[in-house]
Amino acid sequence: MSNEIEAIKDPGLPAHVHRKSDTDPIAEKRAERQVAILFLISAFGTVLFIYSYYFIAKDIFVFFPVLGNTNAQQLFLGLGLAIALFFIGAAAIHWAKTLMPDEEVIAMRHTLRSEDEDRDALVATVKERAGAAGLGRRSLIKRSMGLSLGLIGLSPLVLLRDLGPLPKDDLTKTSWMAGTRLVTDPGDRPIRPEDLEVGAVAQVLPKLRPDQERTLNDIGKDAVLLIRIRPEEFQLSAERLSWTHEGIIAFSKICSHMGCAVALYEQSTKHLLCPCHQSTFDVPRAAKVIFGPAARPLPQLAITVDAEGYLVAQKPFTEPVGPSFWERSI
Amino acid sequence: MTARERVTGTVANYVDERTGAAKWMKKNLTKVFPDHWSFLLGEVALYSFVILLLSGTFLTFWYDPSQREVLYQGAYEPLKGLHMSAAYSSTLHISFEVRGGLLMRQIHHWAALIFMAAIVVHLMRVYFTGAFRKPREFNWIIGVGLLTLGIVEGFLGYSLPDDLLSGTGIRIAEAIIQALPVVGSYLAYFAFGGAFPGEAFIPRIFTVHVLLLPGIFLALITVHLMLVWYQKHTQWPGPGRTEKNVVGYPLMPAYMAKAGGFFFIVFGVTAFLGAVASINPIWLYGPYNPGQISAGSQPDWYMGWLDGLVRMSPPLESHFLGHTVSWNILIPGLIVPGILFTGLALYPFIESWITGDKREHHLLDRPRNVPNRTALGAMSLTFMLVALINGGNDIIATNFHLAINQVMWFSRIGIILLPPIAFVVTKRICLSLQRADRELVLHGRETGRLLMLPHGEFVEVHEPISPELAWKLTAHEQAPALALEDVDARGVRRAGGLKNKLRKRISQANAESISKPTLNDLKEIEHH
Amino acid sequence: MRKISKLRHSAFASPLLLVIALFAIGTTFSVASATDKTQLSVDQRSAQIAEGKQIFLKGCSSCHGLNLEGSSIAPSLIGVGAASVDFQVGTGRMPVADLSQQIARKKPVYNAEQTAALAAYVASTAPGPAIPGESSLNYERDGNTAEGGTLFRTNCAMCHNFAGQGGALSQGKYAPTLMGVEPKYIYEALITGPQSMPVFSDKTVTPAEKLSIIKWIKAAETEPQLGGAALGRVGPVTEGLLVWTLGLGLLIGVAVWLATKAR
Repeated sequence: MSNEIEAIKDPGLPAHVHRKSDTDPIAEKRAERQVAILFLISAFGTVLFIYSYYFIAKDIFVFFPVLGNTNAQQLFLGLGLAIALFFIGAAAIHWAKTLMPDEEVIAMRHTLRSEDEDRDALVATVKERAGAAGLGRRSLIKRSMGLSLGLIGLSPLVLLRDLGPLPKDDLTKTSWMAGTRLVTDPGDRPIRPEDLEVGAVAQVLPKLRPDQERTLNDIGKDAVLLIRIRPEEFQLSAERLSWTHEGIIAFSKICSHMGCAVALYEQSTKHLLCPCHQSTFDVPRAAKVIFGPAARPLPQLAITVDAEGYLVAQKPFTEPVGPSFWERSI
Repeated sequence: MTARERVTGTVANYVDERTGAAKWMKKNLTKVFPDHWSFLLGEVALYSFVILLLSGTFLTFWYDPSQREVLYQGAYEPLKGLHMSAAYSSTLHISFEVRGGLLMRQIHHWAALIFMAAIVVHLMRVYFTGAFRKPREFNWIIGVGLLTLGIVEGFLGYSLPDDLLSGTGIRIAEAIIQALPVVGSYLAYFAFGGAFPGEAFIPRIFTVHVLLLPGIFLALITVHLMLVWYQKHTQWPGPGRTEKNVVGYPLMPAYMAKAGGFFFIVFGVTAFLGAVASINPIWLYGPYNPGQISAGSQPDWYMGWLDGLVRMSPPLESHFLGHTVSWNILIPGLIVPGILFTGLALYPFIESWITGDKREHHLLDRPRNVPNRTALGAMSLTFMLVALINGGNDIIATNFHLAINQVMWFSRIGIILLPPIAFVVTKRICLSLQRADRELVLHGRETGRLLMLPHGEFVEVHEPISPELAWKLTAHEQAPALALEDVDARGVRRAGGLKNKLRKRISQANAESISKPTLNDLKEIEHH
Repeated sequence: MRKISKLRHSAFASPLLLVIALFAIGTTFSVASATDKTQLSVDQRSAQIAEGKQIFLKGCSSCHGLNLEGSSIAPSLIGVGAASVDFQVGTGRMPVADLSQQIARKKPVYNAEQTAALAAYVASTAPGPAIPGESSLNYERDGNTAEGGTLFRTNCAMCHNFAGQGGALSQGKYAPTLMGVEPKYIYEALITGPQSMPVFSDKTVTPAEKLSIIKWIKAAETEPQLGGAALGRVGPVTEGLLVWTLGLGLLIGVAVWLATKAR
């Protein structure tokens, strides 16, 4: 036995095994027929597709198990298209598998790396021609070209400036001012404290000025959730307690994490849950975060009642609502 | 010559005189392509892209990319009389009044999900078989680029109808932009043309979704395919297959028929899904309103892992000198994904640094023969899977009667613990499989027949395996660990000490495997 | 004199006294706590309340207290109103044995008559939300579907999901599905705020708005599956699952067939 390690050898391509359709003419004819049938099924699919488009009314519904009561035109249009396409593919593949030549062929790979003489020739050419252009030694041209190309690269950036306004202090402002009435969303009805039972919630927005139209931008900052609990259940500082009214507390509905609407109030636990990332806020403790990725409690809106007994804001929010940003200093 | 042959000849002559096409057609029609089902995964992605282009173009004929407010008076009763954006209203119009509109919407969306799934499965195949090694590193990077852009393109696409679910997704995207230090609020106001939601975002992402990104995709996919064409496809090891050849079928006719047919298969399956399975029922979500939200709001599956990472993040935020940095958004939303995708893109170079292997490879690896790479892949997939599961933690909680808090804690702990466990388990499984292969080569296949020897012992009869199978199981290379000495021949300390130490350590771990059997081993057994 | 003395010393004296005493106490109590109800006659009404009280004492008082004052494991029922009782008992949520999990809808223990009696009894102890009558539940006539959808998405979808399929709350609690729930129970839940659900006061969500919400829920429930199988109406999670199972499964299956050599 030699000491040299002898690896197991490559036996080479195995002998070609003929298919039934290669040797048996009946099998060949059968395969042909099968391919033809597949193409014909596809044709039927196209006919079904065209029929569904023109002759099935849009308001007919059919019942199928699993699908339920579904729109007939949409279903048969789709099935027709699916059959039409799928069976062309099936026919082509079956044709290739059973009738087209299936002998394995060997081709040689070419070396990817170029020949040394080609490489040398390239290097020589580039050197010579770049040298002729003279970029290397003409430093005045090099520098001025660099300046002009660099500058022109700035021009698209300049053009994009008008994409939007500068934020300035827009992120810190909402429509809530001292004395703004709380109104229902939707409905725009003002609210009295006695309208809310203990355990009730209300979706509110600020009352609009007569000339104002509410936009989605406004809702995105102004949306507030009103919750009523028993006043003795609050665990708040004296200041925050003064922002509530008879057990009613108001929070910004825009999550302090990433801006989803936090309106899921659990009456039993007095927790607010944001459905996006499951941040959980404790209402009696001024929406303190008790679970989840939110890092800040929901901003609390200070409320009181006005002369007519309707709920109003005492003052604007004392911090920006919604997700954090670099300039947020609180 | 028949009439047909004469006509074909005239046309061919006309074209060839003007383009010289005959030469390269002759060369390419006989080009050889190796045949294996796992090589079709990339094709699923390619064909899905074509389906997206076709169905998407159809949709653009009716879709109105505007957030201008309109009053809906269309066919869907439960939304009649409501104010909504033109984008949402036009999508309702496509769904309920344009014949085939809902079908095309659904085909388009299903194709997008399949496109991403196919890219991921194709990436897994390329990774686990080592097809990214030289000379295919460029193609790998292009592929990772396609994956990343695909995620963005899909997100933008399903945001176009401006419904409650996708609008929520845009809100979250805006929060990520806004959270960027220094420039965040400016970039957000530029992107949205002001405060959220504004009226500029959807028209702008329409341009990106329909023009810019598809253009980039077309360019990248073309280069991707050209490289495959020019470098020739890799092949599995086996009898007759070497690093210097390609064994398979010629383009014409078999490969053309199969590949072309497969396009119709992919389109047919996608159309079938579009026919029988409802996707993105925007009429039930309702138009987007920042004061509304649905329980169980998730992005499409290919972004689910991002959502899962954000959900499990600890509530970290820094406040200093009048500024805020939201680590709870930046880390899971940008930093961790950035590290993952950079690592993914650079992997071919990382691996060649570990193995020191600078040669070309055209034969694929069987995953069990590269235990470290396979285990690393399993580890990465486990990480993504835990993140993905956490993205659906509320749906899981509702359906399996768990608490979302429980699922969240499982994910927080699991994402740290489970990946290394997956690594160890996978590596051990690979080594066991190598052992099983070695057994098979040396001792043959168990036939299940028992034989009683003269002295009373029962043995199982083993049948020797075929030379083809023996070759397939031993064709792989088993390179030793890199010989990196800390001191060179003259006793001088090598530069880059820590890097080399790390490289040597990883290289040694990487080289751990069960030595494949040789002819010597076989001969030894024969003597027993 | 001797007759009365004879009576006093007879064997029947004690039991008879007991019956008289009970009757006196019972009548006095009924008279003292009777409220005026017009649906039933006064007699029928007080009989109903009495029946309700019996059922209450037997099946509910161990947790909710003999005087509806509640205990450590059950809330007070003073002022919850007939609507609460009708909802909780009518949907089978109450009485509940297993408090370890969220109280779920199940087969009711009490029939309609007993439920009505319980409701009457609880309502008789303190004023609270009343059971909505048939005429105030005519959502087809008094509700607006589109408005109901907007109201639903603002007030309900965050717990019950955009299509009323239900959703997760914290710590294993959940908002149940609204599919197949009777309009009366939806209305009662809105006004009484059962378990984790908050109360939606009539001033903030008016009765007409509540009927619109119910109308929208019923429309969503009976709406055909436009577009095909609904996949649970929970959104992208099930859609992604379908792609990775049926979608890729079919495609890889065909790919394997494609690359397999024909016999």
